[in-house]
Amino acid sequence: MFLHVTMHIPDGFLSVPVSVVFWMLSIVVILAALARVNRDLGEREVPVMGVLAAAIFAGQMLNFTVAGGTSGHLLGAALAAILLGPWAAVLVMTSVVAVQALLFQDGGLVVLGANLFNMAVVGPFAAYGVYRLAQWLARGRRWGIFGGGFAAAWFSIEAAALGCALQLALSNTSPASLAVPAMAGIHALIGIGEGLITLGALSLVWAARRDLLAAGQTARAGNTVVWVGGLLLTLLLAALAPLASTHPDGLEWVAERAGFIEAAQSPAYTLIPDYVFPGISNEAAATILAGVVGALVVLSVTIFTARARRSRHSVTGD
Amino acid sequence: MHVHFLDPYHERPSPVHRLDARVKLALVVAFLLTAALAPAAAWPAYTLLLALVLAAEVLSELGVAFFLRRSLLAVPFVLAAAPVLFTTPGAPLLALPWGGAVSAAGLERFASVAVKSWISVQAAVLLAATTPFPDLLGALRAWRLPRLLVAIIGLMWRYLFVMVDEALRLMRAREARSSESGLPGLRSGGALTWRARVTGGMAGSLFLRSLERSDRIYMAMLARGYDGEIRSLPRPAPRPAEWGILAGGLLVLGSLLALSLILV
Repeated sequence: MFLHVTMHIPDGFLSVPVSVVFWMLSIVVILAALARVNRDLGEREVPVMGVLAAAIFAGQMLNFTVAGGTSGHLLGAALAAILLGPWAAVLVMTSVVAVQALLFQDGGLVVLGANLFNMAVVGPFAAYGVYRLAQWLARGRRWGIFGGGFAAAWFSIEAAALGCALQLALSNTSPASLAVPAMAGIHALIGIGEGLITLGALSLVWAARRDLLAAGQTARAGNTVVWVGGLLLTLLLAALAPLASTHPDGLEWVAERAGFIEAAQSPAYTLIPDYVFPGISNEAAATILAGVVGALVVLSVTIFTARARRSRHSVTGD
Repeated sequence: MHVHFLDPYHERPSPVHRLDARVKLALVVAFLLTAALAPAAAWPAYTLLLALVLAAEVLSELGVAFFLRRSLLAVPFVLAAAPVLFTTPGAPLLALPWGGAVSAAGLERFASVAVKSWISVQAAVLLAATTPFPDLLGALRAWRLPRLLVAIIGLMWRYLFVMVDEALRLMRAREARSSESGLPGLRSGGALTWRARVTGGMAGSLFLRSLERSDRIYMAMLARGYDGEIRSLPRPAPRPAEWGILAGGLLVLGSLLALSLILV
């Protein structure tokens, strides 16, 4: 549940230019994925992708108690990317995220492009990049699958969370110095839950259908570009996020270059202020304090929703 | 146990339900865009948008309370915007004990984000609650979403209930296997990694079962003449009155947006 709270951005939180840019990025990747999967699977594409998307959606209900009323659960981007390949995972996650937004208001519609970018593009590609890197390092040994699976799941969550934080910061909704550490910190923990579940799922698949995992190990030549690209994307986000959080000016510079600031400065919008946490002169201390405050806020939301959810469960006797 | 509680559609004999899904989708998207483009602190514009969505809610005969309840879903996310309260420079409105201060400008921006998102969620709830999903898919197709993507999402919706039932069965089985002791000092549930591993096993078997099910579904589709094309009956074009509603709605939203941009 807390993934939904912290990662599905609702309408109103992103500026229109940011929404438009991420819509375009997502559309390009989704169209490429459609073409690619259609070539690989042909007419089987619709039933296989549809049913697996339904399974990932349902799999997000599976949870386990962590501590203090919070629970870990699955996003599924990494599992899908490992077992189906990145392009199919893009389609599966696109269907899941789109239906969550359209029907359950988990995330808004104008900002759907940004949510798709985080969860259906960055998530699967980061996972696939990390997984293939582990495979390559392990050279066929078992830890490549399991260690790689855990790391892939963790990175997919972390990269998606960083994407989300950067979008919020670019939209001037939440300062980067606060959104990035808060999102990164809380999702580093959530990522462990995702990693453990993915690990459990992979060991079951290893026991029951080893052929599915073996197929992933013999990659075709064209896939190298994809996994190296996914890895680069992860590294880019990992480098950009701390940079943006310690040097908010850097992000402003990027925004200026990309033309966001002009768009945001049209008479319709208020000016972007320079973020300094008030009352504290030391910038580094302010950043850390901001991060701690943000993490506490997110943590309290998490516990609150977990509690609310639990009491609802006991009411319905579910 | 079935999960039809999942379906957000609520049948009512109302004009909002009867309105063509293509028109409804276009109007909702235009509404959301208007809300997104309206400048911060354009309170008259927000009030008018709220009035519009409230009017549609009343017309839908579902009761405004239903929408208010559902629209609270996005509330926790509002906290993500809370920092702007403190980081926006301006006249301090409320000093906090640990040195921060809420500025008037910050409060204004925070409230704008919160109200915008609250209004937008209501519009999205309205669309989902008054439009059967197959109609919504038809509308997406009519507005030129890729055919394959619409087909995948449609099949996903068809099997979502089946897979959720499957997941609920897995969870029920886990509950049946796990006992809880009332004795003090006897902890139930094992270590964290063990619990995660069990859940992972459930996710893995859900995945394998769905993969096998998709094979059977594909065979069944082939047996019924599937050739890669999902065919459905063409929907009748929207009636002239519905075109009128669309044009009127877009005109109202457009002028509202223009006014909010000029006046604020």
